Amino acid sequence: MAVDDRFPRLPREPGEDEEFGTRSEIITGPVRDWATDFSHLEPEWSADPYPIQDDLRQRCPIAHTERFGGAWLPTRYEDVAAIAYDTDRFSSRAIILSNLRPPLELAPVGGSPPISSDPPFHHDARKLLLAAFTKKEVARQEPATRAFCHSLIDSFAGRDVVDAAYDYAQHIPVRVIANMLGFPPEDGPQFREFVEDLLEGINLPPEDRQERVSRLFDYLLDQVHAHLDEPRDDLTTFLINAELYGQKLSPDVVTGAMALLLIAGIDTTWSAIGASLWHLAKTPGDLESLVAEPGLLPTAMEEFLRAYAPVTMARLVKEDMHWHGVDMKADDWILLSFPAANRDPAQFDRAGEVVIDREVNRHAAFGLGIHRCVGSHLARMELRVALEVWLERIPEFTLADPSAVTWATGQIRGPRMLPLRVG
Amino acid sequence: MKVQIDPGLCQGHGRCYDLAPDLFGADDEGYGQVLGDGVVPQEAKHDADLAVLNCPEQAIELLEEE
Repeated sequence: MAVDDRFPRLPREPGEDEEFGTRSEIITGPVRDWATDFSHLEPEWSADPYPIQDDLRQRCPIAHTERFGGAWLPTRYEDVAAIAYDTDRFSSRAIILSNLRPPLELAPVGGSPPISSDPPFHHDARKLLLAAFTKKEVARQEPATRAFCHSLIDSFAGRDVVDAAYDYAQHIPVRVIANMLGFPPEDGPQFREFVEDLLEGINLPPEDRQERVSRLFDYLLDQVHAHLDEPRDDLTTFLINAELYGQKLSPDVVTGAMALLLIAGIDTTWSAIGASLWHLAKTPGDLESLVAEPGLLPTAMEEFLRAYAPVTMARLVKEDMHWHGVDMKADDWILLSFPAANRDPAQFDRAGEVVIDREVNRHAAFGLGIHRCVGSHLARMELRVALEVWLERIPEFTLADPSAVTWATGQIRGPRMLPLRVG
Repeated sequence: MKVQIDPGLCQGHGRCYDLAPDLFGADDEGYGQVLGDGVVPQEAKHDADLAVLNCPEQAIELLEEE
């Protein structure tokens, strides 16, 4: 067998980390007016974005900011859906809004295919992953996930207060995705650093951000080599061997897809589990209903996903255009807020309330159109199992200190510190 | 009554086979598929309605049979 020489380990040259693209001025500080100066990176937004979104939907449904070199924030379901569906005019070549726009040449593949890919490449790259993430396939992870959730709760023995985000929620997706990719489970703490490096710290200097991205890709390259030396039945070996258009994948596509699977599955699901437990801790009536009637959980879970949708995506405008009443310019960012869409009263009755037995719930927590979250079946399994095990083991709990709850900053939102009184 | 999925709209969210597993299944890539001839027995009407109303892509239709 020929040696696979796609993944050489080369010493990094000085300056090599400098990414090509267009930089914009880093602007931070309090927001003057959310309609003209919004920033999802300011503390007011992370603490509670919903009143801001509701206000914007009323008075300025496509808000703008000069920050990040220019960005738009639609808050109506209708506009969010239209952008998600319009891959001709909105590119996914960057899906995390920052002060560095990757060059046009990065399309249609992008840095972490297929989430960063545009048609026609997107369809083929996504097709490679779909079979590994069907409901049936992810069900194979369920017994181990359930056992792991139980082991986390076992470790709480003797404690009256536990942190449901830090001690419970965050560990579950880390363990599951490490297992699927075939990475050492003890590397979990590093994954959380990678997630923070990529999804938070958006307003750090681009050099710092690039250095952090390089750390992730160095790690992934190590994992590729471990799998080249010893192939296994996991997603890493699958990607190394996968073929597209009759050829093995380019090394950037292999490691980019690995990065996507590692990063996208972690703090998204961690956030969904944490937000659900946060809601139940502060809403005793809903907690009692779910404990009394566990069969309600699948319906309640969809409502938590609607009301506390963790994921906001980004797009880049391809060309100057007048769009739904505003003048967008080429390379303007779009902050594509599925959470805002999910609370649009034009789309949902009692949009601002959490109705845990809501039967009709056409929410967009996993996106709409061709970029529907490829891991949605995995996320739903993890969320369901995490909540089932928690409610079975800890049917009574409350917020230990509401003022101690903190929320992630950036496009993925969920509790990062969530002390609960469990004893 | 019969259910029908528009394969041009379906993105594999799987709400239909979650909510109405007697009427819908998944193909090898997770896209929804109508099971059998898609005829909805009277007792499955509510599940069929739920599948239609919860599909994020509005890819499912409930058709009156001729």
